[in-house]
Amino acid sequence: MQEAMIKRAKELLADGTVNRVMGWKKGEFAYDITPAVFDTAEELEQDFVCDDLTQANVSKYLIKESRKEGRILAFLKPCDTYSFNQLIKEHRIIRENVYVIGIPGGPKIDVEKIKAKGITGILSVKNEDYTLKIETIYGTETMPFYEAISGKCESCKSKKHVVYDELMGEEGDVLDSNRFDMVEKLENMTAQERYDFWRGELSKCIRCNACRNVCPACTCESCVFDNPASGISQKAAADSFEENMFHIIRAFHVAGRCTDCGECSRVCPQNIPLHLLNRKFIKDINSLYGEYQAGADTTSRAPLTDYKADDCEPSVVHERGAE
Amino acid sequence: MLKIAASRLNELFDAIAEKQTLYIPVDREPNTAEYKKYESGMTMSSALNTVRSAKDFFFPQTENLAEFKVEGKSIEVKDIRQENEDFVVFGVRACDARSFSILDKVFLSEPVDSFYKNRRDHGTIVTMACTKPAETCFCTVFGIDPTVPEGDVSVFSDGENYFFLDRTEKGTEFVKSVENFLEEGDAAKLAQVQEQARSVIKKLPLAGLSTDSFGGDKLNEHFNSEKWAELSEACIGCGTCTFVCPTCQCYDIRDFDTGHGIKRFRCWDSCMYSDFTKMAHGNPRTSQLERFRQRFMHKLVYFPANNDGEFGCVGCGRCLAKCPISMNIVKVMKALEVK
Repeated sequence: MQEAMIKRAKELLADGTVNRVMGWKKGEFAYDITPAVFDTAEELEQDFVCDDLTQANVSKYLIKESRKEGRILAFLKPCDTYSFNQLIKEHRIIRENVYVIGIPGGPKIDVEKIKAKGITGILSVKNEDYTLKIETIYGTETMPFYEAISGKCESCKSKKHVVYDELMGEEGDVLDSNRFDMVEKLENMTAQERYDFWRGELSKCIRCNACRNVCPACTCESCVFDNPASGISQKAAADSFEENMFHIIRAFHVAGRCTDCGECSRVCPQNIPLHLLNRKFIKDINSLYGEYQAGADTTSRAPLTDYKADDCEPSVVHERGAE
Repeated sequence: MLKIAASRLNELFDAIAEKQTLYIPVDREPNTAEYKKYESGMTMSSALNTVRSAKDFFFPQTENLAEFKVEGKSIEVKDIRQENEDFVVFGVRACDARSFSILDKVFLSEPVDSFYKNRRDHGTIVTMACTKPAETCFCTVFGIDPTVPEGDVSVFSDGENYFFLDRTEKGTEFVKSVENFLEEGDAAKLAQVQEQARSVIKKLPLAGLSTDSFGGDKLNEHFNSEKWAELSEACIGCGTCTFVCPTCQCYDIRDFDTGHGIKRFRCWDSCMYSDFTKMAHGNPRTSQLERFRQRFMHKLVYFPANNDGEFGCVGCGRCLAKCPISMNIVKVMKALEVK
């Protein structure tokens, strides 16, 4: 696929359809891949990469890139197309300045899961018939491919590209995913158990803002948490609950707009399962307002910005109770 | 050399913890370690390093500096400094051990930071030699020998025993305080383990990285480099690199109105943030390119310029592993290298 992508990108650069290519650049190792813009065929040949370890969603970069001169080619995985579409809906990306090629998605490999097995000194990772062959400084290691699948791919919601100008590979379908399983587990806990779970997870937060800054739904020009006049101390936890509040407030801010792309949890240096907060909102919106998938289209009214006579009443909070 | 059998390590921990607070790295999840206050029965992590560095022990992420009470036109300033209690950090790696001497240059030079010094004076650092470095390790580039870490006491493992080498007065005192648990041991196998580790270190993928193109006198070569644009292009402006870094030492000081008095606190800050060093007229670095450049210029040029050529990086590799977009000091050094 990588070779075909480079070939097609070179064609589109050559015939003037686009003047830049948004993709990913090789790193020092097998896994440290950086989102990058390529201007020439030579750059593409030298550094362009798209393999089993290429996880980053590049849709958010297109806000800035679509405001530059000319048209940019973007390779989007199915999940990335939802983020892209949502950003079109919010008038953040200028659609005509992006040429979208849909590419097959995961499952992608998360090197953290390989490292969690105690495998270190990783030089290369190859998928051989669903067994990972990992060359390391200390010799060759193997592990089952499925044990190294990234969290966001484990509960993939859709193989369908919801927006594209052309497609590489086959058209996929929306999947019947298991993505709400963990949310249900949390819902079934007692209030105290759930509180302890989240306190345990959120107290690991180091306030690096990686989740916010990578989030395609967090596109405010200036974030409320960066406003010194907001009355909250954004860089420090003024008390032991404040970093907890940061994440809860952020989840509220992206409710109804989060497409569940999973980038927040992917980038968290402390492995906090932040996506579960967003999924709780998605699940609640589905049950209270009817099935809704942010980013699935660019024209519908989102449940939280629309009014229908049969919308649930605020009292639903009370009716559902504290548990 | 004095040693203790690996199977008896927890007895030693129990004895230390009886006298002073002891911190050891423990696994939160497989291969994800963090320093925790030792409680009987805890197992020391076998992970190469902790996700967060050890700088928190001396330079915590948040701390209160003073309190104020305002009544009418009078302000009462309350000095809340207290003498710290003695503590031991066990299992610090060579990279983090070196980071303390870098932090010392910042916080212990005049005017001395009394908050930092207080913790430094009361902390005993027991380091642990590396035997299985990762691909992201490059401490040797900065003249660090991970098989012989600095610290008050260095500990070496041969798989079955832990050997102790005291290096400072504080270290000697520490070893003396636990000498009942130690016995003379044969270090022949240890020498083998060290030799093996050294041969791996020579072959690490980043072992060939060179600092020759950097230093205090290299400002003009790098500051206006065209490469910063490409290097910083994908940076999302988060603070992950700064916060997992053992040597990043920038902080912000702010006042917090509790409703019944003012608390002045300081907290880690990141030069990657848009409001870093924000003054009345705004942030002097208006673009992410400038902010990104600042972080690497600080480590590779400004810091050595002010500190006898010492670089502000210890090659621990945390930023390589944790940056959301995998941009880091190694890539910057390779891109800016003058061949």
